[in-house]
Amino acid sequence: MPDLEELYREIILDHYRSPRNRGELPAPPAHRVEGFNPLCGDEVILSLEVVDGVLRDIKVAGSGCSISQSSGSLMSAAVKGKPIPEVRELIRMFKAMMSVHEASLSDDDRTAGGGDADVEPEPVDLASLGELAALQGVVKFPVRIKCATLSWNALVQGLDELAAAS
Amino acid sequence: MTVPMSSPNDPLDVEAIRKDFPLLSRTVHDRPIVYLDSASTSLQPRSVLAAIGHYYEHTHANVHRGVYATAEEATALYEGARRKVGAFVGAADPRREIVFTKNASEALNLVVNSWGRANLRRGDAVVLTEMEHHSNLVPWLMLAEAIGIELRYLPVDAQGRLDLCDLDKILDGARAVSVTAMSNVLGTVNPVPLIAEAAHRNGAVVVVDGAQSVPHLVTDVKALGADFLAFSGHKMLGPTGIGVLWGRQELLDSMPPFLGGGGMILDVALERFSPAEVPWRFEAGTPPIAEAVGLASAVDYLSAVGMERIVAHERALTAYTLDALGDRLGPDCRVFGPPAGGDRAGVFSLAYRDVHAHDVAQILDQFGVCVRPGHHCAKPLMRRLGVSATARASIALYNDPSDIDTLVEGLAHVGTVFG
Repeated sequence: MPDLEELYREIILDHYRSPRNRGELPAPPAHRVEGFNPLCGDEVILSLEVVDGVLRDIKVAGSGCSISQSSGSLMSAAVKGKPIPEVRELIRMFKAMMSVHEASLSDDDRTAGGGDADVEPEPVDLASLGELAALQGVVKFPVRIKCATLSWNALVQGLDELAAAS
Repeated sequence: MTVPMSSPNDPLDVEAIRKDFPLLSRTVHDRPIVYLDSASTSLQPRSVLAAIGHYYEHTHANVHRGVYATAEEATALYEGARRKVGAFVGAADPRREIVFTKNASEALNLVVNSWGRANLRRGDAVVLTEMEHHSNLVPWLMLAEAIGIELRYLPVDAQGRLDLCDLDKILDGARAVSVTAMSNVLGTVNPVPLIAEAAHRNGAVVVVDGAQSVPHLVTDVKALGADFLAFSGHKMLGPTGIGVLWGRQELLDSMPPFLGGGGMILDVALERFSPAEVPWRFEAGTPPIAEAVGLASAVDYLSAVGMERIVAHERALTAYTLDALGDRLGPDCRVFGPPAGGDRAGVFSLAYRDVHAHDVAQILDQFGVCVRPGHHCAKPLMRRLGVSATARASIALYNDPSDIDTLVEGLAHVGTVFG
């Protein structure tokens, strides 16, 4: 079952079984943001600590399927310690890999089908995504894209809220 | 229809029945489809699809309006469907006691908004159960928000049955009881006649959600002791877009309209209107005519096969499923709901180790197996069970042991993938 092996790659199962940066930070000073998928009940809670324009710490809590939970773990490992513009760039690339366009990031309903079919997805440099590239197998399972993007949407929301507050 | 007309005591010829359902001949991921999601929506036999096609090709016209031939024929088909569906559930007067709605949810909303608003006042108690589908919960919650009724709940015990120890206490002073006849999560068949008898003793009206039970059990509204029964066309081999409310004649007669529009009036002036007779009072706008024709054909199919035989077949397959899951998967697979028996129908909410239901369903899909992951529109019950989601397999008359074997094979593979 090649499709299945592409979806459940070893890296994904590893992050699902041993999630990185698991837990919560005291908020405040950390910023807390929740993501929720009402269709399947997947839930992610991010704690973000941004100091001097750098995402100094991130913790991930919540529960859900292997894709939503491993994506949150992979995301936390990828963005922790990075300056915000780099985090934003990583989000952009991840979304491009998921064929979801920047414009629809905040629009949950439009992400379900994997973005607009008539718009050519931008080419993605998978190498620069590192371990995150393991999640590209999800694209073949449109219903699951929402699982993969759940924590990323929460991160965007959290960063936007922090930017608006400062 | 190719259903063999054998003696009603013969077992179901599943092989022949499967040939009547065109969708069962397709493949998924190069494997034959194994459809185990009938609690969500059932498949349709060719005869139902043909009846709908024939209606559109030969008869289609609006009902209750035109005087031309096809309009008369369409009206006769639509009203004939009403009588057929009414007779199927044992209505005393099938012509007057059956209201066609969009789905079972709308039928329940009709009861809550029409009967409920006309009869309930602030502080009046309505009794529900912890295992209700959101369809039989949210409309009552909305009414509670709007006019301040009190909602009480019959609890669910550890085996997934209703705990009726305090039934009379919970019913005391209640104006209505609204209960599902069969859980869409646990497969529990509730003792509706017993609850209804106690409810009537307390002067309460009895509303029954039959969305799961009507397709899978012999239904008689008198035996149930119901005052209202709501069910759905698409779960009983009919098309989507049609639901049914059966109500006792004198209750329906006493109720104000729910939705307003064409077809539900006697007279309209710019200042006022007077509503039509029952059941048309509750059918505003052009009704689901083709869907009613399809539903009538579905009732014909179920009746030709025989509901008793369907019950016997599904009961045997339910026992087979519970045994297969227990024997071949052991403690890896947890099945919610009561053990095999007279109060256990073919709905199986599963948890495989600690693997999330979405992952279980995804892997099963690769085996061609269709199950539903999620909370099954029963979030309070899921909280009660202590899970956020389950993978639910559910059977119908066209399923056989080989479907269950594939389910078990797929579940075992979940263990392989997740180690």
